[in-house]
Amino acid sequence: MESKDTIIELKGISKVFEDDGFKAVDNFNLEVKRGEFVTFLGPSGCGKTTTLRMIAGFDVPTEGDILLNGKSIIGLPPYERPINTVFQRYALFPHMNVYDNIAFGLRQKKTPKDMIDRKVGRVLELVDLEGFERRAIRTLSGGQQQRIAIARALVNEPEILLLDEPLGALDLKMRKEMQLELKDMHNKLGITFIYVTHDQEEALTMSDKIVVMSEGRTQQIGTPEDIYNEPANAFVADFIGESNIFNGMMTGHLKARFCGGEFVCVDDFEEGTHITAVVRPEDVEITAPGHGTINGIVDSVIFKGIHYEITVLSGKNEIVIQTVHNARVGDRVGLRVDPENIHIMLAEDHTNLFYADVNHDFRLEYNGHHLDTSLTRIIKGSKRREDGTVVDGNGDILEPDRVRILVSLMPDDIEMTDDQDAGLIQGTISNLIYKGDHYSYIIHTELEQDFVVNDEDLWNMGDRVSLLMPVDKMKFTLKKK
Amino acid sequence: MIWKTFRKMFLILVLVFLYLPILILAVYSFTESTNIGAIRGFSLHNYVTLFTTAELIDMITGTITLALAAAAIATVLGTIGAIGAFYSRKNASRFITTLNQIPVINADVVTGFSICVLLVVALNISKDSYIPLLAGHVTLCAPFVFLSVMPRIQQMDPSIYEAALDLGATPFKALTQILIPQIVPGIISGFALAVTLSLDDYFIAMYTKPATFDTISTYVVNATKGAQTTIKTALWALSTVIFLLVVLIVLVTNIRSLRKANMEGGRRAQ
Repeated sequence: MESKDTIIELKGISKVFEDDGFKAVDNFNLEVKRGEFVTFLGPSGCGKTTTLRMIAGFDVPTEGDILLNGKSIIGLPPYERPINTVFQRYALFPHMNVYDNIAFGLRQKKTPKDMIDRKVGRVLELVDLEGFERRAIRTLSGGQQQRIAIARALVNEPEILLLDEPLGALDLKMRKEMQLELKDMHNKLGITFIYVTHDQEEALTMSDKIVVMSEGRTQQIGTPEDIYNEPANAFVADFIGESNIFNGMMTGHLKARFCGGEFVCVDDFEEGTHITAVVRPEDVEITAPGHGTINGIVDSVIFKGIHYEITVLSGKNEIVIQTVHNARVGDRVGLRVDPENIHIMLAEDHTNLFYADVNHDFRLEYNGHHLDTSLTRIIKGSKRREDGTVVDGNGDILEPDRVRILVSLMPDDIEMTDDQDAGLIQGTISNLIYKGDHYSYIIHTELEQDFVVNDEDLWNMGDRVSLLMPVDKMKFTLKKK
Repeated sequence: MIWKTFRKMFLILVLVFLYLPILILAVYSFTESTNIGAIRGFSLHNYVTLFTTAELIDMITGTITLALAAAAIATVLGTIGAIGAFYSRKNASRFITTLNQIPVINADVVTGFSICVLLVVALNISKDSYIPLLAGHVTLCAPFVFLSVMPRIQQMDPSIYEAALDLGATPFKALTQILIPQIVPGIISGFALAVTLSLDDYFIAMYTKPATFDTISTYVVNATKGAQTTIKTALWALSTVIFLLVVLIVLVTNIRSLRKANMEGGRRAQ
């Protein structure tokens, strides 16, 4: 039996589009409690809007079931579901005035005229637009149109209100105001809200529960605090807030090596486990050189108003720090992190993550080697112009110094070789684990990074190897510095 | 300076080329002349003939009735087709749009002849039933209605239809109360286009019309071949009337759209 508190439940929902066979949502499971404010958060194309559309009834799941109050609503068309939507671009009816727009849903239900009058008046009051009944839609500002769209959905007293990036088209100040107002409305009305956004701050501010999604899959479900403080994997850590993310391994009880140093931590994993460590920029402390866990040189300092954002280079590792204390570029500093501020995660799929740079010819470079791929393929909507520069989707020229590319590569795709010059980078085997049908090696490179490589052959600890990393197996993500 | 005068001259030349023929016809329609060449005094007798000869009046009302009926049916079909194509899957939509373009480009004489072959010869429908004629004109007009409605649908916010469903409207109500009102301008211009196409048509009517019925086009072609001078000169008057009507319609629509643009411009400035 489901608990009485669950209003809607999504069970193993998948959606494959017939047009192009694209799998937008993959085995999505979620329970939403009555009155909850749930946010689907993820980058564009992660399947959050598709999931919302399946709840509304505009798209039909390829697999799985949706239960509303314990009953399947898969077969119900959108107009028979007690669910209303606030659309991204409002979708108000331009040939009707404000009153007719809001009354539209009530009229479909044959509500008596005086009742419609009363309800429209009340809901206009709720969105602070009393007396706007006779106004034409195109005479309203974006913010006002947004409020009307919310009023038009709320007037039907839906069991669930779906909001598809409703604040995306508003300017920053208006967006902040509307966030608070929406939260306020949610508290006042007690209706269940399901909210879609790609803005992590918006999600953290408003939600009771956040569902972080990427490539059609749920990455983590939890309260805003959980998701910020205890990200389940590197994707969540990277997407929510700013983070320093390092690959590393456990070197002893509550001891982890990453970023070229051995840190004490509070997460207990077996020695030799390959891990991902997340450290928030505000949790890194700058000390005198030699007094921290690692040393480095200040590479850049940016004043951000309430804090400085300082980038320190330690070996080839880059650490971003937010602090109220200033530092000078070129200073030698020590860095330390409190054990409880280091979040250690099991590197489940052992994906190797490393940064490649964009050189001044707008080509990708790693460890002095050119990576044979095109930047225009990595950055959506970008174009290479005749003078060789690359512009992004907005037509702005890419500045090589301000971006880097996060490369991910699976352990199975890397090969080891004795021929030192053949690979992209060289290192020594620092750990090996037999995994039944293959060995899993950890190679500690000259750039103080650890790579995981799966290989069927036996190599020895301490062997010096070069890593063959095929460019066509790499996945690239653009990161701003 | 010389260049400037030359430019003006060129423009005047083009305008003369475009409008002189119809102006000559208009001038002669107000005279007693039976031939273009010699002017023999002002007279309205052509207009009297035009509006009193039963044969001419029947022909004109017949043509207009046909145009309105064909345009009405074509508008319904074209609009439904455009909406259907828009909401079809990508490939189906592209297929329908391409199919729709072929009759637009195809020669009218081929369309007329093939309809005649299909309906009259193969299906044995009598031309006297007017069905082949009407079907022919609907075939002629519907693709153009499709083309004038489609851009309107594409300009529309695609989520408006879904918003209507979301608020509890059935697909039919969403279509009639929300979608169609949005595309009315496209439907009206499609209808107007259909009317003019039907009025203009000669080839399709020739192949499909009943023997006793004439549209303006077929009538004019026959009359200019014949020897009845009173009718022939009355057609000058008809041409003038049609021309003046067209000028009037163009002027009115242009002024209206100009006013609308001004009003919207003013509103934006507020």
